[in-house]
Amino acid sequence: MSMSSGSSNLGFEVKDLELINLTKRFADFVAVDDLSLTIPAGSFFALLGPSGCGKTTTLRMVAGLEDPTEGQILLGGADLTRLKAYQRPVNTVFQSYALFPHLDVFENVAFGLRRRGIKDVSAAVTAMLELVELGNLSRRKPAQLSGGQQQRVAVARALINHPGVLLLDEPLGALDLKLRRQMQIELKRIQTEVGTSFVHVTHDQEEAMTMADTVAVMNKGRIEQMGAPVEIYDLPRTRFVATFLGQSNEVPGRVTGSSGRDILVDAAGARFAVPAARSAVETGDILVGVRPEKLSISTQGTDIGDGVNAVTGKVIDASFTGVSTQYLVMTSWGGEWMVFEQNHTLGATLRPGDEVIVHWRPEHTFGLAVDSPAVDGLVAESA
Amino acid sequence: MRWLRRNIIGIIAVLVLVYLFVPIAVVAVLSFNQPEGKYNVTFNEFSVSAWQNICGVPGVCESFALSIQIGLLATVIATIFGTMIAFALVRYRFRGRDSTNLLIFLPMATPEVVLGSSLLALFLNITFPLGFWAVTIAHIMFIVSFIVVAVKARLQGMDPRLEEASRDLYASPRATFRYVTFPLVLPGILGAALLGFALSFDDFIITFFNAGTMVTFPVYIWGAAQRGIPVQVYALATLVFFLSLVLVLVVQGVNARRRRRLEAAVASS
Ligand SMILES: Nc1ncnc2c1ncn2[C@@H]1O[C@H](COP(=O)(O)OP(=O)(O)OP(=O)(O)O)[C@@H](O)[C@H]1O
Ligand SMILES: [Mg+2]
Repeated sequence: MSMSSGSSNLGFEVKDLELINLTKRFADFVAVDDLSLTIPAGSFFALLGPSGCGKTTTLRMVAGLEDPTEGQILLGGADLTRLKAYQRPVNTVFQSYALFPHLDVFENVAFGLRRRGIKDVSAAVTAMLELVELGNLSRRKPAQLSGGQQQRVAVARALINHPGVLLLDEPLGALDLKLRRQMQIELKRIQTEVGTSFVHVTHDQEEAMTMADTVAVMNKGRIEQMGAPVEIYDLPRTRFVATFLGQSNEVPGRVTGSSGRDILVDAAGARFAVPAARSAVETGDILVGVRPEKLSISTQGTDIGDGVNAVTGKVIDASFTGVSTQYLVMTSWGGEWMVFEQNHTLGATLRPGDEVIVHWRPEHTFGLAVDSPAVDGLVAESA
Repeated sequence: MRWLRRNIIGIIAVLVLVYLFVPIAVVAVLSFNQPEGKYNVTFNEFSVSAWQNICGVPGVCESFALSIQIGLLATVIATIFGTMIAFALVRYRFRGRDSTNLLIFLPMATPEVVLGSSLLALFLNITFPLGFWAVTIAHIMFIVSFIVVAVKARLQGMDPRLEEASRDLYASPRATFRYVTFPLVLPGILGAALLGFALSFDDFIITFFNAGTMVTFPVYIWGAAQRGIPVQVYALATLVFFLSLVLVLVVQGVNARRRRRLEAAVASS
């Protein structure tokens, strides 16, 4: 049998995964805190968050390897919460792969079928090994495979069982950068081909954004924000999301009024317009935020026109990266802003010490509540 | 001087090997001797008569067979118990677990003379007959310690995710044990069992206390040493040595072949 069955859906039954008020406490430590979310059938879902935020614990509860303290797990409407791990139609790709070292690739992949009493496994195993492009290595032991190959075996071993949902716990964490990019594309292809839902845990924001249809940003056992990568990136709802997913520039201020669909904010001796629909707060203290690539930078005194938001400052670092130049600007109130400027024109780059004005269009602004904390450290580690 | 510095490790290695193997070589050489008196200590005349007639002296082969029998029986029983104890100690929390961990070490740490004599006292007190079963029970006791320690180490060193992966892949707890846990722990169990058998086979002190009138191979040799050890004993000892050597070589050969095949496979991809 080959992959020619053609259907994008190799006999997989696609199902919604629903987590309802899922909570896990270890002694008095809350690892997962009242988590509720629905992962639509057939989606590529990324669970993104910093180390220790409860991603693995969430996956383990879905797999049945950890008992929830409270809450329910439904797959296609059926309650899995009380089922043992080996009774759940859910499979996992473990972070360190956890391939069985005493079995060869073929037997590793066949393991789940054999345990379910399926006698003739060879056609299915061969097809699955084709899917992950490992057909010629079926008699190798895991120790004789490269990291990327082991990763594929782990995926094949899980997928062959046609799980209602596939759980992947940082499956690319152990690979080097180049292989990682390659496997991201590969995993995405496999997911499209089989059509089943993938829940992909990662703390790499770039990986989450490039691969997933839906990203859920998790922090301290809770989902901070969930949505399509473009949406969350464009409009973060909390300071944590703004700083964890990409980089964010912020200025603290106070809402003083409104004008049309915008709210007006006084901050650092200037006035900013923030679309009301893009602000998490409408009165009182506010953080005005904007992404670094939305900014333009000019020497002070340049005419920047009306109707833009602007801050002034001094360049403290400029680094040329080819496609763009990245400026670090010390603002008038002492905050550091990052500006990515496309290198449209040659020459005339700004130098450290230059007095500048940084400006952007109000529709790129977002408003955040002040009390919500940023990511510890500066920004999420990037791949 | 420079030559010495470069070769010093090799020289020391050869000296150590010589030190280790000279006694064995002496035994092997003397097994082809036709001793002059009753003490087989100086080489007199080459002869294969001891080899041709290896059971020729009364009691030699009987005691040899008895030692093997006790060794096998004690090892099998101790391996089963030891493996179960190790699993219990690693996998479950129960009252008395820490003290069990400690007690398991005691037979290894206690001097054999003490063990042997206290077992003798025990058997006499409860009027348990000395001999085959008394010795077997005694051997089981100290082999169990070695098995428990080895299997425990193996279990603790095993990645817990392997068993989780197995459960995730539809294996019930029983199937997980059968297809994942046990095969992974097996090499540890076999190694410990081999060591246990060797310990039982050449145990003299504990056996001597509890054997009654029974004569195992070490007891036989000890008795014979008073009167002059028959050449057959040398031959048997040499035989045992070479059998173990062949066993080791076969295992090494199999491993080396597997490794070569693996390397070839890796290289060809
Ligand atoms: N068995 C356990 N007992 C006690 N605390 C635990 C246990 N397992 C996890 N935790 C705690 O729960 C929190 C969440 O852990 P989890 O492994 O889910 O994090 P994570 O988001 O997967 O992190 P990482 O990105 O580092 O893998 C951590 O603070 C961890 O210390
Ligand atoms: Mg984790």
